[in-house]
Amino acid sequence: MDIFLQQVVNGLTLGSVYAVVALGYTMVYGIIQLINFAHGEVVMIGAMVAFTVITSLAAAGMPPLLVVMLGVACAVPVCMAIGYAMERLAYRPLRRAPRLAPLISAIGVSIVLQYLAVMVWTRNVIAFPQIIRIQTYNLAGATITNVQLAILALCFAIMAGLAFLVYRTRLGTAMRATAQNPQVAGLMGVDVNRVIATTFVIGAGLAAVAGVMVGTYYGIAQYTMGSVLGLKAFCAAVLGGIGNIPGAMLGGVVLGIVEALGAGYIGDLTDLCRYAWLEGLLGERCAGGGHFILFGSNYQDVFAFVVLILVLVFRPSGLLGERVGDRA
Amino acid sequence: MIPLFDTRNNPRLVWAGVAVVALVLLVLPFALVQVGTSWVRITNYAILYVLLALGLNIVVGFAGLLDLGYIAFYAVGAYAYALLASPQFGLHLPFWAILPIGALVAAFFGVLLGAPTLKLRGDYLAIVTLGFGEIVRIFLNNLSRPVNITNGPQGIARIDPFTVGGFDFSSAQSVLGVAVSGPIKYYYLLLALIVAILVVNVRLQNSRIGRAWEAVREDETAARAMGINTTHMKLLAFAMGASFGGVAGGMFSAIQGFISPESFVLVESIMVVAMVVLGGMGNIWGVVLGALLLSFVPEVLRWTVEPVQQALFGRMVVEPEVIRMLIFGLALVLIMLFRPAGLLPSAVRKRELADERAA
Repeated sequence: MDIFLQQVVNGLTLGSVYAVVALGYTMVYGIIQLINFAHGEVVMIGAMVAFTVITSLAAAGMPPLLVVMLGVACAVPVCMAIGYAMERLAYRPLRRAPRLAPLISAIGVSIVLQYLAVMVWTRNVIAFPQIIRIQTYNLAGATITNVQLAILALCFAIMAGLAFLVYRTRLGTAMRATAQNPQVAGLMGVDVNRVIATTFVIGAGLAAVAGVMVGTYYGIAQYTMGSVLGLKAFCAAVLGGIGNIPGAMLGGVVLGIVEALGAGYIGDLTDLCRYAWLEGLLGERCAGGGHFILFGSNYQDVFAFVVLILVLVFRPSGLLGERVGDRA
Repeated sequence: MIPLFDTRNNPRLVWAGVAVVALVLLVLPFALVQVGTSWVRITNYAILYVLLALGLNIVVGFAGLLDLGYIAFYAVGAYAYALLASPQFGLHLPFWAILPIGALVAAFFGVLLGAPTLKLRGDYLAIVTLGFGEIVRIFLNNLSRPVNITNGPQGIARIDPFTVGGFDFSSAQSVLGVAVSGPIKYYYLLLALIVAILVVNVRLQNSRIGRAWEAVREDETAARAMGINTTHMKLLAFAMGASFGGVAGGMFSAIQGFISPESFVLVESIMVVAMVVLGGMGNIWGVVLGALLLSFVPEVLRWTVEPVQQALFGRMVVEPEVIRMLIFGLALVLIMLFRPAGLLPSAVRKRELADERAA
């Protein structure tokens, strides 16, 4: 099996999920310059709601695809309601406050959501029922499952839909106008509050779908799953240029692939026994095909942050960002 | 105005107040023991949080650099202590040698983080520091292979307590006929440390450096035009903030006797930031208040929530920990809604807020 291609396939799948979550961050940041810390938690709630629906319907003998669709159909409105409530109650009153205030408020919201989830779904890792039978296909030496294919297709459909919404509709024009200058947009007749609320609701809906995808992909869910995923998606958004919608998509996919390739190869690259001049130094530990691996694939989570730091240091506006440089 | 608090006309009242506070603080542990021994321990952790919050306040409050990975320096200090005074490497250096080493190592890490991020401002800096904190934690978790340095997720156990001569801070003994337990001894040590650090902070705030930080925070370009070396000042803020965190980490290691990467997760960083912001960034007394509130209120909740539920429903409906965190999260939101500049805002922040409203 071709490891390189396999890792690219895995990375692409995960990366497209990152991209969908990153869209939520980037849209909100683009419009009100707020890092919505609680966004990852919305993803988690989406996964949890879908889990409940899928488990209760799994035994009913309905076609699996329909069950998953129903799960998504329940998770999306719940998350949208949460997104709306969160904007209305925790962020809108703080729009003119010092910059740190909404950030702290967002942290508060994220704690509340996490522990609401603990109340409803307990602390335990819960297993998603595997109702979709996994089929594998061979793709030039790499294997790809039907779940992966579905995730990829769904993510790209979502991204295309969102691009259409933002660049081709009245609402999208209003969103872009608000992002550029809320006051002037307001003067031009845009209902700024409604646009911002809509942005949150759309982001939360995307998060719900992403939550279901992550849940079905890994087969597990837990109340903490949102925070790391959220952080990585945020890294993806920054990598692409925060506030920039195509950037978030690109950033997510690139980050997913970098992570997968990094995890796949770092063990080999830092195996000191590979390097002849060090082999003598390490002596018996390398003898007979032994390994002396400095960093293994358990450092996978580091890549997102290293990429983030490198991007911010060398190209702070991200891959596709052009106007954000000194906005912060 | 109540004459009792009229310090302007009667400056001696200030000293009387200081004397009362000092007396209360000195007697406090013995009063707490009456309520329950664990409260002394809780107080000790609260003081550690005050230490951390004061250190972070230098970075966030004074210099205006939002650091969301501050717990990394705490971790560095804690691990520095643990590695130099535990069976892990068989080293057992005395604490007065290790604490400065811990502070220095943490300061080095502070500069390490500060140097590449000097150009960044605001939210971006926040996220990079957050990433840095996570990187440090992941390394602590994984540096057990191929050479075992941190012992991975199992953490390091049997860390030496503080000892001076034959005086061991961890064990109970009776002094002048009064039984003094280990936590009480640590309480006095921490109290002394916190007083020293408070003095340093107050002096720092009004010093040349403190005013330079304030200038950098308010307007970096203008500060540079006034001849302030902004690069040095920012690095200094990172290094000093980090070294406070390092000292606090060393104390934590010694008091706890066991550390693992679990103690240095992102939530902890966020907790410390919340303390600083809640109390009022840049205001030393506000930060102290914020740290005390956020470390005590959850504990009080932990002790009250369960009996209340027993009385109301006759059984435990929701775990106390869950309610505690829910209330904590809600409180963060509510305080930001009603007092966005913190409970005790600093004078400068008040002015800023007024300006922003006017603009």
